[in-house]
Amino acid sequence: MTQVETDHHPRSTGESLAFRDIGMIFPDGTEAVRETSFSVAKGEFVTIVGPSGCGKSTLLKIASGLLEATSGEVEVDRDRLGYVFQDATLLPWRTVLGNVELLAELHGFDRDERRRLALEAIDTVGLAGFANHYPKSLSGGMKMRASLARTLTLKPPVFLFDEPFGAVDEITREHLNEETQRLFQSEGFAGLFITHSISEAVFMSTRVLVMSARPGRIVAEFDIPFPYPRSPELRFDPEFARLSGEVSHALRGSHS
Amino acid sequence: MSTDTSTDNAASTEIAQGDSTDAAVRPRQRTAAGVFSGSVLPPLVLGGFVIAGWYGISYGLLDERRRFLLKPPHEVLAQGFLDWPTFSEMLSGLWSSTQVAMIGLVISIAIGFLFATVMSQAKTIERAVFPFMVTLQAIPILAIVPLISFWWGTGQRSRIIVCVIISLFPIIVNTLFGLQSAERGMHDLFTLHHADRVTRLRKLMFPAALPAIFAGLRISAGLSVIGAIVGDFFFGRGDVGIGQLLRRYANQLMGEELLAAVILSSALGVTVFMTFGWLQNIAIGKWHETSGGGA
Repeated sequence: MTQVETDHHPRSTGESLAFRDIGMIFPDGTEAVRETSFSVAKGEFVTIVGPSGCGKSTLLKIASGLLEATSGEVEVDRDRLGYVFQDATLLPWRTVLGNVELLAELHGFDRDERRRLALEAIDTVGLAGFANHYPKSLSGGMKMRASLARTLTLKPPVFLFDEPFGAVDEITREHLNEETQRLFQSEGFAGLFITHSISEAVFMSTRVLVMSARPGRIVAEFDIPFPYPRSPELRFDPEFARLSGEVSHALRGSHS
Repeated sequence: MSTDTSTDNAASTEIAQGDSTDAAVRPRQRTAAGVFSGSVLPPLVLGGFVIAGWYGISYGLLDERRRFLLKPPHEVLAQGFLDWPTFSEMLSGLWSSTQVAMIGLVISIAIGFLFATVMSQAKTIERAVFPFMVTLQAIPILAIVPLISFWWGTGQRSRIIVCVIISLFPIIVNTLFGLQSAERGMHDLFTLHHADRVTRLRKLMFPAALPAIFAGLRISAGLSVIGAIVGDFFFGRGDVGIGQLLRRYANQLMGEELLAAVILSSALGVTVFMTFGWLQNIAIGKWHETSGGGA
């Protein structure tokens, strides 16, 4: 039992989140991640694409402390970490408002303060008018918005996204991508996003990392130069297609 | 050519869809007459057949000498329900049994919640306690009746104990299942935000358990009524419950009263079951995906 990762404040290099030589071997002997190092600076939105089961999500779990790496260290301020899960993980017995208030509640904010934060976040994701709805009456996309709003209430400087839009349909996904890059602009967080989708990665990110099949390693890195805010039409830009092609090529290479 | 067929197909699908939505909407617009013919009439008709069959057996199958085995409905009504001294005796018996059932159920709920909560906190505790729960559940109640009367006498206390033994298990099992039903992701969310054990239990596990808890309560509430009547049957000291009356009517060949008491007992069971269905709707109907059906 070695406690190697630390969660003291990041160094003054501007890095909000840094992985240093992270390795992860599960108790059953599966090597999920090998010697992975990279960092996400303030103002960066980094996306990791990779094949299924390559350990992408494992990296987020390690960053957040849900899992402990077997080697290497993570630098991040865990007290204010935003984590958006694969599922919306809304509590079905709470309304949208109740769900969005949850984190502030767990962190001991008083009633008025958490109400104010929640209403503001609900407004930001465009769910005003649905505050009193229960999750069962929301669509998949709206549930994800509520989940985003919940994370926004704590105004985290670092946002981890664990394939959050994998379960929604294509058009909803595109809308959510636009929404996310808009939030990235307005809230100014450092983002680390996990996905299978290349176009999602290229559309939102400042940088795309390609991870190999298990054991996962970073095998390629692409800077995405498009300025923000990015419009939906960017998806039809030849340069967008060229970059997507390059990422796709690297991803194919990592499979073999 | 191919475009033509596809347009045709599209058009016909559209029509079909229009039809099906119409059909889907219609039954929802419930009129009083619709409710009557839809959900009141069928059981009434079946009930009519049952009563006709009952008459058939009383007068057709049984001769005069053996008719006491199944008295015809109108005599059961007259002697069992409309004869006030008899009926009031039954009502007070029923009330006594209801009290036993309710006290037993409340004790079962308290013990059940406590055990399930403790068991939910550590797999080791669950593994240690569970075999004993199953054993307790597996003991035939008849086998421990002598033991119960030996330890606690033959009064109301023993009746309540029988009631608890019968109704405890479903509450523990369902509550435990419910407490373990919160999704992994939700637990992760609470872990990430440093929720302590009590907060996790109060804000996550317990609300998540409510649907299962109500499923268990409905089963146990019915069982507690059975437990009260069974307990009555064996432990006759003190208040006279409906079980004692059933026993007496049977011994004295009072067929009308016996059938009336049976009908009252089942009415109690149905009432309790429906009450908990109604409570369930109030408690979780707003958010739970599949509830809302009522009793």
